[in-house]
Amino acid sequence: MSDLAHGAHPQGFAHQFEDVEQQRDAGRLGMWVFLVTEILFFGGMFASYTIYRALHYESFVTGSHLLKVRFGATNTYVLIGSSLTMALAIRAAQTGKKKGQIIFWLILTMILGAAFIGIKLHYEWFRDYQEGLIPGVQWFYNGPHAPGVKMFMCFYFFMTGLHAIHMVAGLGILTVLVIMTARNKFSPEYYAPLEISGLYWHFVDIVWIFLFALLYLIGGRYPGS
Amino acid sequence: MSTSQEKPAESGVNYLNATYGIRSWLLTLDHKRIGLLYLGSITLMFFVGGMAAVLMRLHLTEPQGALFEPETYNKMFSTHGIIMVFFFLVPSIPATLGNFLIPLMIGARDVAFPKLNLMSWYIFITGAALALYATLSGGVDTGWTFYPPYSSLYSHTHVVAVALGVFIAGFSSILTGLNFIVTIHKMRAPGMTWFRLPLFIWAMYATSLIFVLGTPVIAITLFLLGMERILHVGIFDPSVGGDPLLFQHLFWFYSHPAVYIMILPGMGVVSELITAFSRKKIFGYAFVAFSSLSIAVISFVVWGHHMFVTGQSIYAGLVFSVLSFLVAIPSAVKVFNWTATLYKGSISYEAPMLYALGFIGLFTIGGLTGLFLAALATDVHLNGTYFIVAHFHYVMVGGAVMAYMGGLHFWWPKITGRLYPDLWARIAAAIIFIGFNLTFFPQFVLGYLGMPRRYAIYPAEFQVLNVMSSAGASILGIGYIIPLVYFIWSMCYGPPAGKNPWGAKGLEWTTQSPPLTQNFEEIPIVTEDAYNYASEATHV
Repeated sequence: MSDLAHGAHPQGFAHQFEDVEQQRDAGRLGMWVFLVTEILFFGGMFASYTIYRALHYESFVTGSHLLKVRFGATNTYVLIGSSLTMALAIRAAQTGKKKGQIIFWLILTMILGAAFIGIKLHYEWFRDYQEGLIPGVQWFYNGPHAPGVKMFMCFYFFMTGLHAIHMVAGLGILTVLVIMTARNKFSPEYYAPLEISGLYWHFVDIVWIFLFALLYLIGGRYPGS
Repeated sequence: MSTSQEKPAESGVNYLNATYGIRSWLLTLDHKRIGLLYLGSITLMFFVGGMAAVLMRLHLTEPQGALFEPETYNKMFSTHGIIMVFFFLVPSIPATLGNFLIPLMIGARDVAFPKLNLMSWYIFITGAALALYATLSGGVDTGWTFYPPYSSLYSHTHVVAVALGVFIAGFSSILTGLNFIVTIHKMRAPGMTWFRLPLFIWAMYATSLIFVLGTPVIAITLFLLGMERILHVGIFDPSVGGDPLLFQHLFWFYSHPAVYIMILPGMGVVSELITAFSRKKIFGYAFVAFSSLSIAVISFVVWGHHMFVTGQSIYAGLVFSVLSFLVAIPSAVKVFNWTATLYKGSISYEAPMLYALGFIGLFTIGGLTGLFLAALATDVHLNGTYFIVAHFHYVMVGGAVMAYMGGLHFWWPKITGRLYPDLWARIAAAIIFIGFNLTFFPQFVLGYLGMPRRYAIYPAEFQVLNVMSSAGASILGIGYIIPLVYFIWSMCYGPPAGKNPWGAKGLEWTTQSPPLTQNFEEIPIVTEDAYNYASEATHV
């Protein structure tokens, strides 16, 4: 095709670009633009949440206190840890470490990501199900502010559900990265896929930080409150 | 869109004959072929949506309704709106001409992410197929706006399936916009600075910004709507603490900018056509370029003008009203600059130019009637009437579709390497112009007199104007079928077009027609501004 005229190029070079630097810049900008669309995507949800929280503050406090804050907090640490290991994987590629080291950090990131989803499913959503806190599926909450609490739980599941879908997509991307690393695709000159996947992973972490504060901590969660 | 039986227009290889067979089209990564895949798909959608419009206009020839039960009529206008807005107008110019032209115009070999480009076509097709299936197997009766409670409590139609189709197609828009933004930033040829870019590129850039910033919000809104229906929970239902107005806010946060997704690319096309056929540099390049961006920016802060009569705060209404008036400024800048470009140009009246001139006139009417609706007091009288229907059809059909047709005629020789019969094309342009005005001008009067939109019946005194409108619609329909016929003829038998049949400026005219798969033999080096007709024109 068109890169015949350009002579030899490193692995992963696509024909539509003139040089490797152009490709790397394009990939990076593409991911940033994608993250902007993601912010708007979650933004619509956050905006709706904010409006209903203002309209039904008491219900949202009640609903928030039904959540398993210990596991939410644990998951926050797990995800921040996974951001660290992701950054270390990129660092390893950048400084030309052996591929085993890159794979080690990537797999550790995956383990932490999977642990997040496991904790979420087993210790939070499954218990919510047992307690009848899932609107439209299993609902027998009849404490104070029942309609508002139901609204809160809707937003809780929509927002954490969307976030979990992004986590699963992230695990898929990490799997691909592990395979690419094993096949020697990366070098200190070319590790753009690692870098832009890292951007995505950090973004998903940051969304969780906001979700944790906005969903679990309404009205304060002091011991005994 | 199979062109496998087509012979090459020029000797030698081009993107159409480089490879053959259905697989080479369905798995292509070539932005030009992907543009043609979109062209085929949205042409189909256009005729489906048009069919619904024809049936509606037939129904409205009688005050009591000539054809349908009121419920079926509701499904007709909903189908028409949903198909035309989400599956024709939004992708129309960006996905076809934009895909085809952006790399050619900026001197690139392809868009930045070809695989993503193909993926966005498949996403579009998936959404379109779902929406088509749902509308044909029972339809929706919510109107294209999906307002709750029409869409939540009171509808027993396929709301979730259609909303899902729109939701899916939205991701196609997002990915297309992302691809274009990165392409325009990073893929320009050497010497192609921002202020040497053709104005079509500026318009596509502004459009892409709206794609990227607006579409995710409609996606999440439709997600909430779908969840409300599936899980029977009350996100927008006031009886359980929800707020139906929240849906309208979120919906118009995307859907008002979406109006500019439809018109901005048209404005870009018209800038190209006006300069090419008056053989003159555009008047006030930077103003036209920045007016596209400012329209995109302002479009995000005017959504409340759709909600003046919904009980939104009067102070919010005041602010939205003032902001809506602001849109008129960049729009007028464009119209005045096009007019100034025509002044003392060597104007010729080939078919694309007829569409461009038609655009200027019809868009001006559409835009100015928008001011009536942006004014709080007159909006109370005109809201929900045929005045609004006429207004947005002047902008979207008289504006966006005219520009789309003009662009298609202008770049057709580049796309296929063949000419079409210019006389027929001029006749079709005239028929479309006449048919369009006859269809929609009476609707301004109907709306002013108080005929509400979306009703299956109307008082007998409105029949004359309604019959005029329906008669116009049939003329308009003929006007759209003629180009379909001669374009298909041209694909098979049209005479070879050569590199640059219009003598136009722009990198896309410097390569062969149809272009090579890799667009250019050598990546061009740009040394002059866009529209540098001065070197050859007699009037400067």
